[in-house]
Amino acid sequence: MADAPPFEAVIGLEIHVQLATRTKMFCGCELSFGDEPNTHTCPVCLAQPGSLPVPNEKAIRFALMIGAALDCEIAARSIFHRKNYFYPDSPKAYQISQYDIPICGAGKLGEVRITRAHLEEDAAKTIHVGSSGRIHGSAASLVDFNRAGTPLVEIVTEPDLHGAREAADWARLLRETVRQLGVSDVNMEEGSLRVDANVSVRPAGSEELGTKTELKNMNSFRFLQRGIEAELKRQEALVEAGDTVEQETLHFDPASGGLTSLRSKEEAHDYRYFPEPDLVPIVPSEQMLRDARDSLPALPAARAERYLDAGLSADTARLLANDPETAAYFDATELIASAPSQVVANWATGDLASAERALPDGSRPDPVWLADLIDRVQSKRITHKNGREALFWSVEHGKDPAEFIDRKALEHQVDSGELARIVAAAIAADPAAAEQVRAGNGKAIGALVGAVMRETEGRADGGEVTRLLREQLGL
Amino acid sequence: MIDRAQVLHVARLARLRLSEDEVETMVGELSGILEHVDRIGRLDLDGVEPTTHVVALENVWRADQPVPSLPREAALANAPDPQDGAFRVPSPQAE
Amino acid sequence: MAAPLELTVAEAAAEIAATELSAAEYFAAWRDAAAEDELNAYLWTAPEPETHEDLEGPLGGVPIAVKDIFVTEGVPTTAGSRILEGYLPSYTATAVRRMREAGGRILGKTNMDEFAMGSSNENSAYGPVLNPWDRGRVPGGSSGGSAAAVAGGLAPAALGTDTGGSIRQPASLCGIVGLKPTYGAISRYGMIAFASSLDQCGPLTRDVTDAALLLAALQGRDACDTTSVGIEAGVRAPSREDLSGLRFGVPPLGEDGVEAGVREVFEATLRRIEGLGGEIAEVQLPNSELGISAYYVLAPAEASSNLARYDGVRYGIRRGGDGDLLEMYEATRSEGFGAEVKRRIMLGTYALSSGYYDAYYGQAQKVRTRIAEDFDNAFAAVDFVVTPTSPSVAFELGTKTADPLAMYMNDFFTVPMSLAGIPAISIPAGLAAPDGGSVELPVGFQIAAPAFAEQKLLEAAFALETAIGFNHEHAVAIPWKGGSGG
Ligand SMILES: [Mg+2]
Ligand SMILES: [Zn+2]
Repeated sequence: MADAPPFEAVIGLEIHVQLATRTKMFCGCELSFGDEPNTHTCPVCLAQPGSLPVPNEKAIRFALMIGAALDCEIAARSIFHRKNYFYPDSPKAYQISQYDIPICGAGKLGEVRITRAHLEEDAAKTIHVGSSGRIHGSAASLVDFNRAGTPLVEIVTEPDLHGAREAADWARLLRETVRQLGVSDVNMEEGSLRVDANVSVRPAGSEELGTKTELKNMNSFRFLQRGIEAELKRQEALVEAGDTVEQETLHFDPASGGLTSLRSKEEAHDYRYFPEPDLVPIVPSEQMLRDARDSLPALPAARAERYLDAGLSADTARLLANDPETAAYFDATELIASAPSQVVANWATGDLASAERALPDGSRPDPVWLADLIDRVQSKRITHKNGREALFWSVEHGKDPAEFIDRKALEHQVDSGELARIVAAAIAADPAAAEQVRAGNGKAIGALVGAVMRETEGRADGGEVTRLLREQLGL
Repeated sequence: MIDRAQVLHVARLARLRLSEDEVETMVGELSGILEHVDRIGRLDLDGVEPTTHVVALENVWRADQPVPSLPREAALANAPDPQDGAFRVPSPQAE
Repeated sequence: MAAPLELTVAEAAAEIAATELSAAEYFAAWRDAAAEDELNAYLWTAPEPETHEDLEGPLGGVPIAVKDIFVTEGVPTTAGSRILEGYLPSYTATAVRRMREAGGRILGKTNMDEFAMGSSNENSAYGPVLNPWDRGRVPGGSSGGSAAAVAGGLAPAALGTDTGGSIRQPASLCGIVGLKPTYGAISRYGMIAFASSLDQCGPLTRDVTDAALLLAALQGRDACDTTSVGIEAGVRAPSREDLSGLRFGVPPLGEDGVEAGVREVFEATLRRIEGLGGEIAEVQLPNSELGISAYYVLAPAEASSNLARYDGVRYGIRRGGDGDLLEMYEATRSEGFGAEVKRRIMLGTYALSSGYYDAYYGQAQKVRTRIAEDFDNAFAAVDFVVTPTSPSVAFELGTKTADPLAMYMNDFFTVPMSLAGIPAISIPAGLAAPDGGSVELPVGFQIAAPAFAEQKLLEAAFALETAIGFNHEHAVAIPWKGGSGG
């Protein structure tokens, strides 16, 4: 018998987004990637004595845009907190972050509720160097403060995801959303988008939450999915064996696909959060909120919904929602074409995509051209096959497919279905000629071809007519 | 008020290592201070707004305009153990 | 004409501007005086400046002693701590920059309680500062080096910082003027943080006019400090001669804790105010007595976070570098910090730690609100609130070091204004012998005003100072005038 799955996965995500501002969160040092170590530092981001943070207005505006895109409640007045912990990557030994009043509160993206999205600063980079030949050489790290102070928005979701695939798909939607805002490079490999997952399992149907573990270091969507899958399997096995899941942080190892515990001998963290006295509250003005809303492009989730409403299939809607360039192209084409939306979408996402894959150096036809092409096919003035051929030609040459159609007089050709019927009728009308052909008199076919040509007023392709005649005569 | 175990816990949080004598002194002194300070804990201040800033400022920020960073030599000038243009630190656990 | 070192800042700047005094000779004379420092007031003194031509401005050519809490590019800056031994900052504090832009120049960096934590200057890693009035006594703290330098004839004026009384109390104990401006009046950028929500820069000077002159030069909004606002109306030299029409509120001083001699001078000063036409009224500041408790939660809590950056990674000393990271952190911080700093870091870490925040930090922030409301209420009825600056005159070295709480009580009268963020000035009001003692020592009189009412405060202090005539009556005690010390 088919058992219902005994466990339900409960997954929440924590996403750190590096903002693509020019300068750091609290100082004027330029952001950098891959520059020589410690060439983008100043008294503030090195935490030299006496230095003070000054927030980057652009980062605040970017955070408000993210809040608007995630449909978050924006705090009328939010404040910064200090999160205290010692580590060489934290120059002040506290991170300026937000705590009980984040700039962006509850929101929603797709089916997943957003708990909050807050502003904070990134840590420095440490590189392990071993003992590097020193006399008193115990293991050491080198600290590079170029990254220290890079603006981050941390987005936290409610545990609304229930599968590894679902979590990865939603993370893709989030990435696409943030990318389209233009506020981040959202590159997981380079670390400008970092996704951690809080994972737990519970008996199916239960309302209680199980003990969760935190998964880190999954620097691609594939790894995110694999990490969660592995952790779910591990937790289910534990629970099935009657063991308990321990709350811990697990590190994903891309090489092995396994998870290792990061639990240290240190006591549990006590971050001693308190309001940052060096910074004053953020009180977004009406104008700032309006600016944030106005700067939103049509975002994936909203667009997917709009496409569904417009009658597109769920797959097509998602595809267009996550590909703004094609979506814009589709929108333009759809506006001009009289064919149904789904038909236009099939051309824009199917035939055109194949053409572009086949002809990577080609160019995308003008939407007016494509709309015209679709309408010709749709009204059966040309065959789909010929239409597709014209599209490929257009992509290759960067010209209006109508030119190709005209040149080849495709529009005047009889459609192959119709031609087959005319051929059949010609055979039926002249059984003697048909019999001669069957008997091996090749020249006898001319009479039949002539009949077809007369019937089609010369619009049929001679070769095609011969082929069809031979086919229907069983040769 | 505050016992030895708490003093040791707090010292660890603050990355201070206290000698036996210091632990003992600290237990006594901190307890004395906390005894005095504890009276504010007993006040009924429900509904009173906490003060973080005495000056009512908001929305003070800077434009996203780069200013020159320090030359690397200056950044590292005070480093106790510079190496390869970076700050060398011992690893979390000795090997 | 008076001898150069007897001139106030205002007088010297005027004479230099009028070319009646050579800036180079004047600076050299002060350098010589500073070199004779027997009070341990200086941690560093300036070499001869390269040029004497950049003297434009109201401080034109006057050397100023700077508390070693202000970072100064290329000049050693330690904040009185071992942990910053050898540290050479890569930038200069805004206050120091403004002082220079006004034509002033650094005469030296003054000794202080480590990270400004202390009321006696006995917490400096570089030894205690001695009170010029009696070298067996403390100068007060934490700006003790600055106060002793000015009172001892080693500097014409000095910059200090005040978190809970650290300008006013040493000014009181050394018989000079100390002004703590409104929080936000002067930039904190480059001022090594002790308690960020309380720290404020201010001048220590021989008289109120110099205090006004320095404040005018230093104050102003700074883009590098988001909590700075400056004084919108600006600051001018005070000129008021009477106090008619002004009401001075006196809160209850409490039954004990204040020395009899201090009480007497305080009472006499109130009579003097009345003599100048001022009115004395009682005011209630019911929450002020909670000030010390709130302060000794808030300030250590912020300090525990502010001082976490001294970790042996980027600057300052490192110890235990051959061990693992924890070993390095703990060895560096345990050897780098002195006892009082460790005590306050412990106290502050505890107050912020899980489970204690609400009872300590949260509650202290609410007390702070109450204290500020008390002042608001008082200022609805009076123009100023006045108290003794310190409950005692300068005490003997070593007498309070064993009892931190007793030491903290020195700040009893100064802490409430710091918590409320309002300006307060201490001016010398007379001399008194300590309880059971015979030597007469200076007593400070504290005047507090509403936020950003510095001009009004300086006017009242100026009128009172003129009436008291302290500097003239007691000049003989100051070595550079009496020629007996130094
Ligand atoms: Mg974070
Ligand atoms: Zn920087």
